[in-house]
Amino acid sequence: MRFILRRLGFYLIAFWASITLNFLLPRFMPGDPVSRMFARSQDRMQPEQIEALRKLLGVDDRPLWEQYVDYLHNIFTGQMGVSISRFPTPVTEVISSQIGWTLLLGGTALVIAAVVGNLLGILAAWRRGGAVDSALPPLLVFIGSFPYFWLAMGALYLFGVVLNWFPIRHAFTDGLEPGFTWEFIGDVGAHLVLPALTIVLVSVGGWMLGMRNTMIATNSEDYITMAEAKGLRPGRIMLRYAARNAMLPSVTSFGMGLGFVVGGALLTEVVFAYPGVGYQLLNAVQGLDYPLMQGLFLTITAAVLLANFLVDILYVRLDPRVRSN
Amino acid sequence: MTTALLKQPTQTPAVRKPNRSFVHGLLSNKKAVTGMAVMLVFIALALLAPVLFPGDPSRITAMASLEPSAEHWLGTTAKGQDVLALTVHGSRSSLFVGLTVGFASTFIGILVGLASAYFGRFIDEALSLATNVFLLLPGLPLLVILAAFLPPGLGTVILVLVVTGWAGSARVLRSQALSIRSKDFVAAAVVSGERAGRIMFREILPNMASIVMGTLLACVIYGIGAQAGLEFLGLGDVSTVSWGNNLFWAGNEGALLTGSWWVFIPSGVCIALVAFALALINYAVDEVTNPRLRKIKTPKNTERSAS
Repeated sequence: MRFILRRLGFYLIAFWASITLNFLLPRFMPGDPVSRMFARSQDRMQPEQIEALRKLLGVDDRPLWEQYVDYLHNIFTGQMGVSISRFPTPVTEVISSQIGWTLLLGGTALVIAAVVGNLLGILAAWRRGGAVDSALPPLLVFIGSFPYFWLAMGALYLFGVVLNWFPIRHAFTDGLEPGFTWEFIGDVGAHLVLPALTIVLVSVGGWMLGMRNTMIATNSEDYITMAEAKGLRPGRIMLRYAARNAMLPSVTSFGMGLGFVVGGALLTEVVFAYPGVGYQLLNAVQGLDYPLMQGLFLTITAAVLLANFLVDILYVRLDPRVRSN
Repeated sequence: MTTALLKQPTQTPAVRKPNRSFVHGLLSNKKAVTGMAVMLVFIALALLAPVLFPGDPSRITAMASLEPSAEHWLGTTAKGQDVLALTVHGSRSSLFVGLTVGFASTFIGILVGLASAYFGRFIDEALSLATNVFLLLPGLPLLVILAAFLPPGLGTVILVLVVTGWAGSARVLRSQALSIRSKDFVAAAVVSGERAGRIMFREILPNMASIVMGTLLACVIYGIGAQAGLEFLGLGDVSTVSWGNNLFWAGNEGALLTGSWWVFIPSGVCIALVAFALALINYAVDEVTNPRLRKIKTPKNTERSAS
């Protein structure tokens, strides 16, 4: 329990840090980007909306601490202003319409990469020097060295443009009515293949090597020798004795990977024009939509922190050493 | 301990060996030699770029979108620039930013890690907290936000990459420094009244040289890749010639949609080769200093029963 509370405190501090960063950035950056934004879009807005945005982004003459208190109050009551680029939709509405796609794409890719990578790692460590161990790691490391967006564009060109196997942009075909019909789900699945596949391709190597290295250490433990001496089946020793004890670091990586789900899919979403929060974040940056940018960053941070907190709770269940401390 | 659980799992304290055997080990390691050879080629290309391709590489020299030929080995872009010249010149900015970011973030990591491990208590708590917060903040979105607010330019790119990149090295180096901090010779140094700075940099730091080197290599890889990503998104300084910007323009001019694969491939392959070479050196350092990861020649079972 103390462990959980400590972690919770840590995440709260981290969240506070990101809010403060968000507060300070538009106020202390040179060149006054916010004024530029107002100059561009002032004529479309109501006076009171301008006033609210000025407060949110710090274009007013009140003392800094007063602005800060006001800012915190706004954030915690969910008032993040209106989006400039999608005027007059509130920022919260824009975000909630897109986070689902990001979770779908990132979640699918993460689960596949983690399962496949860990299994390969287990096999590689179990048969050291075997085919899986000697051929795959260098290959995967080599693939992982390519810039992610480059691989994604290559896949898009090869499978989307040349071979025309998969659709190349958006999350579903334009004009298709969203709903729980087979047609729609199949369409979403087809749009998901290329983006998810490219993420899996670059991230599976990390999972595999991590698992392999931990498992090599586990393999030399006495209880493995003991299990062998008892005459247990090799498959059982591999999965229930060695792999099970080598899983813990992978659980931590999974927590970190969840962070990648929300934030790291940005490049994927940009390449495939996938309508998630990352794609929207880049659009907001290009459209000088500072309220939306801030809202997206806070949402992404909050999601990352929440995911890590959930993994911590899971960790307490998995690792008795944490409980006894 | 907030971070005890999150420590790098694979990292066992490096066995201290005389320096010569470390260098010898690296030089007799095939991965390390391959990696270093590739790096040397790229560094030579970067240094010789003004000699090989004099003048501004982004000036228009030929017809647009020419296929690779004897005159233009890698063809031309949609604007009519020579792709080979762009790629060779691009190595300058990419390697420069990568190395700068790598050294700067490793340096900050060393300072934070050593201070955490040596002083402990309150300082350790505060520094670890800062490290963990920065590790947890989603890197790419933070990069994008920072790059959006700061004025565009090479300095901004470097600053932003260091801000988002130092925390990882700090955590690795801290946990290594902690294990050395508890060794007897450090206690002896403390008792004999050596100054804190001397103990940190003369006693502890040399004993974690291999980890520092691994961290440095990882940071350079991160720097090169993240710079390319930022620039690909159009958030770098689009007027400089670098691999990331080459790819940004390739995407912008629709190189792939018109089938001009030769514009798109070279810069990506260069980034991959550099990153792969650095990763090879990194694995070699690991293998040389960590006997457990070394290639085994005996069959699995005898090895296990022998241990």
